[in-house]
Amino acid sequence: MKIKVLGPGCPKCKTTYNNVLEALKQTGIEAEVEKIEDIEEMLKYNVLSTPVLMIDEVAKIKGRVPDINEIKQLIKP
Amino acid sequence: MFDWLQSFADWLIYDVIGIATHSKLGDALNFFVFDTVKIFILLFVVTLLMGTINAYFPIEKVRSFLTKRKWYGLDYFVASFFGTITPFCSCSSVPLFIGFVKGGIPLGVTLAFLISSPLVDAVTVAIFFGMFGFKTTIIYVTSGIILSMIAGYILGRMKLESLLTDWVKQLLINKQVIYEGEAEVSLSFYKRVPGILKEALEIVKGVALYILLGIAIGGIMHGYIPTGFFEAYISKSNPFAVPIAVILGIPMYSNTAGILPIMQVLVEKGIPLGTVIAFSMAVVGLSIPEGLLLKKVMTTKMLLIFFAVVTLCIIISGYLFNLIL
Repeated sequence: MKIKVLGPGCPKCKTTYNNVLEALKQTGIEAEVEKIEDIEEMLKYNVLSTPVLMIDEVAKIKGRVPDINEIKQLIKP
Repeated sequence: MFDWLQSFADWLIYDVIGIATHSKLGDALNFFVFDTVKIFILLFVVTLLMGTINAYFPIEKVRSFLTKRKWYGLDYFVASFFGTITPFCSCSSVPLFIGFVKGGIPLGVTLAFLISSPLVDAVTVAIFFGMFGFKTTIIYVTSGIILSMIAGYILGRMKLESLLTDWVKQLLINKQVIYEGEAEVSLSFYKRVPGILKEALEIVKGVALYILLGIAIGGIMHGYIPTGFFEAYISKSNPFAVPIAVILGIPMYSNTAGILPIMQVLVEKGIPLGTVIAFSMAVVGLSIPEGLLLKKVMTTKMLLIFFAVVTLCIIISGYLFNLIL
């Protein structure tokens, strides 16, 4: 699984990223996590509001911070 | 609407705690309890309401709504209107700006959205309602929308496209195929409620400390500064009061939560309401951090023009408020 967190480095984006890491730790699921802070890179994904959480190239969450439980639900196999 | 709450505050302070009625300390505490509870109720209701609308009209929908047909100028209104219900995080301003302009939305319309989104946000509306009542809130919201439309229109007419930064210009020329992310799974209203609730709670939690501080300071001032105190210094007849208030407001960032409760007391002690509204608009509408972010897409010249036009519009509306209120 490939997880991407898109956001220009604001507090909300950092919280999202940390929540992802925590959710992975708690579930023991292995995933490749990438944080995309470069705006030009972000625009390739047609992002309008940040943070965005992408799982396997699908935008699951846009413009808000998901909490750990919500992420667990999303990454559950 | 909040009579029951006043009775509760009276009962708590004068009967339960037993502080004498009309004592300075009693007045200040009473004010604090009443305002705190009222503001938090309103804040929760308004964020919940806006969260619900936003769940159905996310920003992506607004964009496709704006690009799907010709609007003949009405798009300024649509953008300003939707800006008010879309929550705004200044760190989203750059992707949003690019996404709008690249999607074919005129620059002026995009800027109208970018002005109205922070100007009329849930927190400000709720606190305005709690502090100044229904009528003033309607005036604030309506003038916020009109101001965004006018400022957006003026900026649109100035043809600022040539002042965008080079990489944005490149981006607009090379219409590369952009990745169309799959939309978030659409949920039934029932399933959305927990998310909306949680988000509203997050917002309330985020500003709670500022509100408490603001109301505490306001409460002390309410009890100790004589009524009409400021009239001597800042009156409607002072032509410089509005511009000074607006210019002071720009560097203050996103602290309406704490500032408005103090403002209410200032109005009570004699500062004209219009001046206060203009000040609040400057605080939320324009901020240095947002400006720094926007430097990625705008050259310094364009950024200065953007700030100048918005500042001017706010100052003019400040004078207008003082005339009609």
